[in-house]
Amino acid sequence: MATHHSRSAARLMMAPAVVLLLGWMLVPLTMTLYFSFKKYLPLRGGDLGWVGFDNYVRFVSSSAFWPSVLTTLTLVGGVLLITVVLGVVLAILLNQPMWGQGMVRILVIAPFFVMPTVSALVWKNMFMDPNYGLLAHLWEFFGAQPVEWLSQASLPSIVMIVSWQWLPFATLILLTAIQSLDSEQLEAAEMDGAPAHKRFAFITLPHLGRAITVVILIQTIFLLSIFAEIFVTTGGAFGTKTLTYLIFQRVLESQNVGLGSAGGVYAIILANIIAIFLMRIVGKNLAK
Amino acid sequence: MARAVTQQRKIINTTLAWGVGLLIFFPILWTILTSFKTEAQAIADPPIFLGFDWTLENYAAVMERSNYSRFLWNSIIIAGGSTLLGILIAVPAAWSMAFVPSKRTKDILLWMLSTKMLPAVGVLYPIYLICIQFGILDSKIALVIILMLINLPIIVWMLYTYFKEIPGEILEAARMDGASLKEEVLYVLTPMAIPGIASTVLLNVILAWNEAFWTLNLTAAKAAPLTAFIASYSSPEGLFYAKLSAASTMAIAPILILGWFSQKQLVSGLTFGAVK
Repeated sequence: MATHHSRSAARLMMAPAVVLLLGWMLVPLTMTLYFSFKKYLPLRGGDLGWVGFDNYVRFVSSSAFWPSVLTTLTLVGGVLLITVVLGVVLAILLNQPMWGQGMVRILVIAPFFVMPTVSALVWKNMFMDPNYGLLAHLWEFFGAQPVEWLSQASLPSIVMIVSWQWLPFATLILLTAIQSLDSEQLEAAEMDGAPAHKRFAFITLPHLGRAITVVILIQTIFLLSIFAEIFVTTGGAFGTKTLTYLIFQRVLESQNVGLGSAGGVYAIILANIIAIFLMRIVGKNLAK
Repeated sequence: MARAVTQQRKIINTTLAWGVGLLIFFPILWTILTSFKTEAQAIADPPIFLGFDWTLENYAAVMERSNYSRFLWNSIIIAGGSTLLGILIAVPAAWSMAFVPSKRTKDILLWMLSTKMLPAVGVLYPIYLICIQFGILDSKIALVIILMLINLPIIVWMLYTYFKEIPGEILEAARMDGASLKEEVLYVLTPMAIPGIASTVLLNVILAWNEAFWTLNLTAAKAAPLTAFIASYSSPEGLFYAKLSAASTMAIAPILILGWFSQKQLVSGLTFGAVK
């Protein structure tokens, strides 16, 4: 069908996108690798020569490394868990017959459009502030001691903020998927006497499998690089330093590019492990 | 037995759904309300919900003090520019993948998506250096290019998904009628692809508008968009809730409205066609 001519034309049309992305991937990556083997302090002498694997060893043996990996995984895992579970519940709720469904959808999706710096600042000041925040007022109303959210429960607070941002996305995707579920199948099961939880476990949930995969994939891509939410709330203090944030501090705050680059390589490795894992599932799930 | 939904059940559903919806929306509503309060009322104890003296003074103060319009302008240029550039590069790529697929098409698409997994922070310093080298640090052009590159995989995927739904027979018919490649793209494909391209543009504008890693790290005074403008409020000085709210409202309003109008298309686009 496709002639030789159109095939080479097609390759030509694809070329700019592929070349640009290849460059975007390889050039900075090569530079990061290069710096990671050097002692490089831009403000204190610049390039101080090759140091082999020194930076790699130092980065891993720093006391902040493993906690930061753990924080990253907790953040990503926590947000995924909350958004997927609540997303399924909300999607089922929104799929029920009701008045004003379109309006409710609009309310639910709104947080997705709020820029991360805004949502982090609004939550930090107007909700989680221990003196003037609304949550403090709420706690006082019930006679409880207001919580200093971002220092006493910092990581859960950030998980909460990020979940609020991503719940709309999960809900909307899952709602779309649920709407394509054949309702006759559910009704037939109901008439056969299948209780609600069994109908959910054997019909609804399997039907949502693909949508859940997509939600996990896309959210993971964005969650691994969470930055602004930490930057404006805790600045990495109180156990909220993710791997991303730790590297940011090494490179920009302490201006140790060699060490930060080694950290960057670790972050890339971590991301790749997760990526390979996800791509397998998604590739399988998306192949029709 | 046709299962009639009882009126009672519908009332319960409606109440529950609206309750949850309002709860999720509440932080935004609260921000908008607070932006019309005076600073003293904004931190009143107990909090005032509606019975306050509505005022526009915070908006005036924000406009005056922080040169809001320049940040807004930067956001518009960066989000708009990166989207436009991305579309120009992605449309031909997605077109060829959708209509002249090869064995490698799926691999290329997955590879493209995998570049999104590359942690930005891992390459922050190299990008920083490259920007200095070309003299484009703290410039809009640098951010236009970078945001275009980080969103390119998503644009290609989305367009690919939409293009694939255009029946190939129509293109073949046009070819049989002697349409050249150029005519085929211009007169047959483009009109059919416009809706898909439009929602891709929308999503990309939203993503670029809200992007907050590169915009925070590569800009200072000159090219800083609204994300950086808002971040400058993270160290509070004196009474500032109402002004923070006004600034926040101004930063999110354009995108919120844009998003609401396009929510349906966004869903199908964002799942890369995997969920219908």
